[in-house]
Amino acid sequence: MTALLLDSGTAGAKPSAPTRRRGGGLLRAVLSSKKAMVGLVLFLIFAIFAIAPGWFTSVDDPNKLAFPPSLPPSADHWLGTTALGQDIWAQLVYGTRQSLVIALVAGWFATVLSVIVGVSAAYLGGAADDVLSSITNIFLVLPTFPLIIVLATYAGKGTLSVVLIVLIVTGWSYGANQMRAQALSLRNRDFLESARVRGERRSYIIVVEVLPTMISLIVANFLGAAVYSVLTAAGLQFLGLGDPNSISWGTMLYWSQNQQALQTGSPLWSIAPGLCVALLGASFALINYAFDEISNPALRPVRRRRAKRLHA
Amino acid sequence: MRFVGRRLGFFVLTLWAALTLNFFIPRFMPGSPVTALRVRTHNQLSPEKLQELLTAYGFKPNQNVFVQYIDYLGNMVTGHWGISIGASLGTPVRTLIGQALPWTIGLVGAATIIGFVLGSLLGVVAGWKRGGKIDSVLPPVFVVTSALPYFWVGLLLILVFSVWTNGFLPSDFNYDPDLVPEFSGPFVANVVKHAILPAATIVITSIGAWVLTMRNNMITTIAEDYVRMGRAKGLSNGRIMIHYAARNAMLPNLSGFAMSLGFVISGSILVEYVFNYPGLGYLLYNSVQNTDYPLMQALFMLFTVAVLVALLICDFAIAWLDPRSRAKA
Repeated sequence: MTALLLDSGTAGAKPSAPTRRRGGGLLRAVLSSKKAMVGLVLFLIFAIFAIAPGWFTSVDDPNKLAFPPSLPPSADHWLGTTALGQDIWAQLVYGTRQSLVIALVAGWFATVLSVIVGVSAAYLGGAADDVLSSITNIFLVLPTFPLIIVLATYAGKGTLSVVLIVLIVTGWSYGANQMRAQALSLRNRDFLESARVRGERRSYIIVVEVLPTMISLIVANFLGAAVYSVLTAAGLQFLGLGDPNSISWGTMLYWSQNQQALQTGSPLWSIAPGLCVALLGASFALINYAFDEISNPALRPVRRRRAKRLHA
Repeated sequence: MRFVGRRLGFFVLTLWAALTLNFFIPRFMPGSPVTALRVRTHNQLSPEKLQELLTAYGFKPNQNVFVQYIDYLGNMVTGHWGISIGASLGTPVRTLIGQALPWTIGLVGAATIIGFVLGSLLGVVAGWKRGGKIDSVLPPVFVVTSALPYFWVGLLLILVFSVWTNGFLPSDFNYDPDLVPEFSGPFVANVVKHAILPAATIVITSIGAWVLTMRNNMITTIAEDYVRMGRAKGLSNGRIMIHYAARNAMLPNLSGFAMSLGFVISGSILVEYVFNYPGLGYLLYNSVQNTDYPLMQALFMLFTVAVLVALLICDFAIAWLDPRSRAKA
C-alpha cells in the first residue's frame, strides 16, 4: 500500500536522510488534510480533558453521591445528574483519562507486538515464518470479543491492567499480518541488499533500514489498534466486566443501563458517554483514514474537473 | 485439490487452537473454577451428577492433564458439551444453544449479509464515480459510522424509535411474550418487527467498513489495463463497472468479510444484550453473569466455528470468482 511513497524516498540515499525528509512531508500532509485536522482537534480536546479534568468541573469526586438524583440539565449540572445522584458532566470529564490511557497504552503495545511478530516472520523466513504466521492467522480469526469476555471472567472482574492485557493479547494480529506482508515486499529491495553487502547485522538492518520505511504503516496500525481498544474496552465495561467503581465512560454506560436510564427519562446519562466513546473512536479513525490517503496517493480526493476528464 | 486441503488444514488447526485455549485458560487463571463449581452446585446435584459435570468440564482429578486434555477434545468435537451450571442448572448445554442458535443466525446472519451487500454496492458506485457527489460525501460519513460503538447505536435507536415514540418499534425480546410461536403471518410479522432495530444497529455499524474498502479497491482496479481494454472495446459503462472492475475489486473484500466476521459477532453480542434478544450473544452474557463455564466454553467454540465456516465459504467463493487463485493452488 505504501510502496509508492517509499520508492521515491529511500532508494540509494543514506538511511537517515530520507526518513527525516519524509517525516516533514508527512506532518505537512497531515496538517493540510481536513479529515486529519478534525480528528486531531477532537483528540487534543480529549487530551486536555484527560490531563486537567479539574479545569472543566468543580466536582472533585465524580463518583460521590453528592447531589439530588435525576436532575435535568441546568446551569449547575450541565448534563443533569444520574439516578444515583452524581454529576454527569463531571463523570464524563474525569472518565476521559481512562479511555485515553486504554487507547494509547493498548494501542502502543499491540502495535509493538505486531511489528515484532510481523517483521521477524518476514525476515527469519522458513520454519520460523511458518510458525509465526500460523499463530498470527489463528489469532486473526479467533473471535476476539468472546475470548476477551472469557478471559476477563476467569481473571476476575477487571482492573485496568486486566483489561489492558486482554486488549493487547487480542489486538495485535491484524497489524502483524500487514507488517509481515509489507516487510516481505521490502525484503529484496536494493537498499537492503546494499546493507547486507556492507555486512551489517540483521538487527541493525531491521531497526535502522526497515522500520523507518514502514513508519506510515506502523502509525496506521497504532491508530487502528487504538480505535479497537477504545470500543472494546467500552463494550467490556458496559457489560459489567470492568471495575464498577472506576471512573470511565464504559462504567457510566454500565450504571446507566443498570438503572434503565433510557426508560426512566435520563437518556443523557447513556447518550453522553457513548457519544464520547464514538467521538474518540472517530477521531482516531479520521486521522487513520487521512493517513491512508497520504500514504496511498491513488486514494486522495480528486478535484471534480479532473475526475470528469478521466471518465469522459 | 491442494487448495482445499490447505484451507481445511487451517480450519482444523484454528479449531484446535481455540479448544486448547478453552482448556488451558481456566487452568492458568488465578482461583480454581472447579472449586467455584463445587460451591455453586453444593447440595443441588447428586455426587454422580457432579462427577459427570466435572468430567464434561474436562476435570478428572485422578488423571494427568494430558489424558484430560484428549478426553476434553473428544467430548467437544463429538458434541458432549456437558450441562449448564448457570441459571438453568442441569440443562444440557446443547439444549440451551439449540434454542438460541436460530435467533442469532436469523438476526446476525441477515443483518451482516445486508450490510455487506449494501456496503459493497455503495462502494462500487462511490469508487466508480471518483470525485463525484456520492464519493465526496460518503467516505467521511462512513469513517465515522464505522467507529461507532455497536451498543451505543442500539441505545440511540431504542431512544428514538421506542422510548420517544411510545413503543413505535419494540426494543426488546424476539417476539411479544403473549404470542405462541407458530408459522403464521402475524407471528412472523411480529418477529420481523422485533428484529428491525437490532438488525439496523448491526447494519449501520458494519456497513462503513465495506463501503470504504470496496471504494478503495475499485479505485485501484479501475486503473488496471483490462479496464482500459474494456473501454477501448467500447463496452457499456455498466458492463465495465460490474463485470470488469467490481468483480475484481470484490476479491479482497470477500476475504475481508470472513476476517471481520469475528468483529461482527463481537458486536452482535452487545447488540443482543442491549435488545434482550435471546440469541447466542445474550446466552454468552448470561453464562458470564452466572459463571457458567461449560456453556461459556461451548459458545466460544461455536463462535470460532462460525468464523471458520465463513472463511471457508469465502475462500471457495474467491476460487470461483478468480481463476488465478485456482491456478496458483
